[in-house]
Amino acid sequence: MKMKNALKKLGPLTGLVFVFTLFSILRPETFPTANNIQLMLLQTAVVGIAALGMTIVIISGGIDLSVGSVIALSTVVIALFMNAGASPFVAALGGVAVGALCGALIGAFITRLRLAPFIVTLAMWGALRGAAKGLSDEQVILAPDSWLNRLLNVLTESQQWMLLPPGVWLMVVLALLVGGFLRYTQLGRHIFAVGSNEQTARLCGISVEKTKMSVYILGSSFAALAGVLQFSYLTVGDPTTATGLELDVIAAVVIGGASLAGGEGKVLGSLVGALIMTVVANGSTKMEMPNWVQEIVTGCIIIVAVVLDRYRHRRTE
Amino acid sequence: MDTYLLGGVYLDKTNPRTARQSAFSRSSHAMPHKQYILEMRGIRKRFGATLALDGVDVRVQSGEVLALVGENGAGKSTLMKVLSGVIQPDAGEMLLAGASYTPRHPHEARTAGVAMVYQELSLAPHLSVAENILLGMEPARWGFLQRTGMHRLASEALVQLGHSDIRPDASVRSLSIAECQLVEIARALAVGCRVLVLDEPTSSLTGSDIERLFELVRRLKKQGNAVIYISHVLEEVKQISDRFIVLRDGKTVGEGRTKSTSAKKIVAMMVGREVDDFYPCSKRKTGDVVLAIQNVAGVIKPVSATFKLHRGEVLGIAGLIGAGRSELMRMIFGLDAVRRGEVRVGTYFGPASPVLRWKQGMGMVSEDRKNEGLAVSLSVSDNLTLSRLDGFGLFGTVLPSRQDQAALTWVQRLNIKLQNLRQAVGSLSGGNQQKVAIARLLHHDVDVFLLDEPTRGIDVGSKAEIYKLIDELASRGKAILLVSSYLPELLGVCDRIAMMRRGELNPARPVRQVNEHTLMMEATGAE
Repeated sequence: MKMKNALKKLGPLTGLVFVFTLFSILRPETFPTANNIQLMLLQTAVVGIAALGMTIVIISGGIDLSVGSVIALSTVVIALFMNAGASPFVAALGGVAVGALCGALIGAFITRLRLAPFIVTLAMWGALRGAAKGLSDEQVILAPDSWLNRLLNVLTESQQWMLLPPGVWLMVVLALLVGGFLRYTQLGRHIFAVGSNEQTARLCGISVEKTKMSVYILGSSFAALAGVLQFSYLTVGDPTTATGLELDVIAAVVIGGASLAGGEGKVLGSLVGALIMTVVANGSTKMEMPNWVQEIVTGCIIIVAVVLDRYRHRRTE
Repeated sequence: MDTYLLGGVYLDKTNPRTARQSAFSRSSHAMPHKQYILEMRGIRKRFGATLALDGVDVRVQSGEVLALVGENGAGKSTLMKVLSGVIQPDAGEMLLAGASYTPRHPHEARTAGVAMVYQELSLAPHLSVAENILLGMEPARWGFLQRTGMHRLASEALVQLGHSDIRPDASVRSLSIAECQLVEIARALAVGCRVLVLDEPTSSLTGSDIERLFELVRRLKKQGNAVIYISHVLEEVKQISDRFIVLRDGKTVGEGRTKSTSAKKIVAMMVGREVDDFYPCSKRKTGDVVLAIQNVAGVIKPVSATFKLHRGEVLGIAGLIGAGRSELMRMIFGLDAVRRGEVRVGTYFGPASPVLRWKQGMGMVSEDRKNEGLAVSLSVSDNLTLSRLDGFGLFGTVLPSRQDQAALTWVQRLNIKLQNLRQAVGSLSGGNQQKVAIARLLHHDVDVFLLDEPTRGIDVGSKAEIYKLIDELASRGKAILLVSSYLPELLGVCDRIAMMRRGELNPARPVRQVNEHTLMMEATGAE
């Protein structure tokens, strides 16, 4: 029984350990090095932070297809703020605020007009990408150099005391916060309830509309935060960046054991899901496998993860 | 075209699906009437550590109605799953018309002539009646559907049921629950069924629909079908069945002729003890008015309702399904809109919402346990405490251990059987699930309980416990509004009963002044 529980808790983590060990055996010189591990964490940060928001959305029984567009919009807004003379911090805040606004808009469409999240966020996927292009005149916006550009740099000799780059720390801290939020707050429990059974939630006096509003505001805010890191990586505002990234984010959350039907999902799982995808991509590159192999492997991982997850559920019930 | 008679319905012999040989090989000799059409001998089935079926024997003859009774978890549904090929038994054998019968799949059972009508209706709402009736065995040629043939077969099955009023091309969505059930039975007949299993068929029917169902069962019986009738409601069992079998803990604990056995004795067999004081009614002291409804109407139903509910009182609302009772409850609780009239809770009247009602000390148990009452994938603790999560930590935080602590109190008080508090509430038995739904109101410490069909589809033991709880709450000065389709229960538990008919609520009358007969007359408008 204990073994089974442990297996259930660690589910996706065993997968991560497995792929990591596999590549470590296949490429012992180049893969399991401190530098490469740091690099993989850096490569995970953008998807990882967006996946935190997506986890909340998926637990509530929704979906958000607009994540990639929000990230692009966020980079553009940050660049515009910087060029207008705002401090890097204010610029980043501006990006996140625009993200929150997008989330409020999505939430309003879903709760007021009673549209399906898939439809609303599909529309926003197009509309926000358009907005980003419009704001930037369909061009990359250069921005002055600042500390904001170095959140995702590999640590230099003198920065070793940080252990991990700031962007990675941001991901770790936010993950802890979101995990705690979902588990230990009333709103967190309400999100689970709404995702598990909306009618029950309503019957129990939970304001389903308010809960969903908060969910989409949080979801898009995390996407915009991922946009801050994307900006840091690009050092420019790019309206065409992160195209299709929402699918990677959804894949990470699903590999992490969340159910698209709602009511289920774990922050740790989603992060592990994102890491699994990075490790496979990075390891495949180290193996000099072509890109298309990675893509097929990632596809297979999604199927295997969901099948294993269902199997685990059946075993423990 | 070659056709042959199968259970009264002509089927196209060239149809590859029906002509395909099944697990059951038809015996060629004519069967004497009194032979058992179905025999199940020593059926055993183990799931992990639990022995779900421990050597069960069931025999049923053609033209006989056999009632299968037992508490939830007694093994009835497992047994029926074995019969219909959903699961395979570990030991034991089954004979259908004297030949060995080992279905590996529901489809094999169906083609062999064993048809199930489940408690939860399993129709495809977007398809037509004919399409549903012949689902999986559509007459087809070269893979193309033969629509006219389909309609003919479907309407023949409906005529056989005596319900030519249902049009084969109607959309299933447009049918009432009772009509959906008829379509399900027609589906069973269209395959030429010889053993029809009805699992709690009346759980969503009332009054005249039940009577019509019984007529149908009698008709099927006369046509030589064997019917296995699963039910919790002993009155129905007494009325419809010839013989009964009682299951308890996976064993056959009693059987006999229904006519010569008293209901009380059957109940005793089901629960393994004598049940006295089934409807306890202690001294209650009626207090202030806590809920006053003045001439309210909803969007469609109810049309008009007026009553007052006092502290220390159980007010029952009787009526047929579709009379608007649940709608009235939902309106009071703020789930549905009020079109006109006034709902006053204590001294408050004004806009209502469930959020507000909980704050005013009112709670509701939904009639639809699975889809509304409980979030079945969430844990027992979460479900029990969902409406009031404050007090489990500082600043809006919720500590799961404190949540469990609070839940445990009620789990023990209500004798809810579970493995642990974090298990999904959907994995509990129906009776225990319902106790969790009621415990939510106790945890919230409400004063006004709106209970909509709180004992539907749960076992006798849990029912008795819920009646006891209602009585205890009333005697402690709580106010209870109870909607039920089961008249003996209302008569046993309530102080006053009001009848709702076609959206109109008649004045409540003290329970002394009414009986089952007068209420039924009132419900059906026969006076």
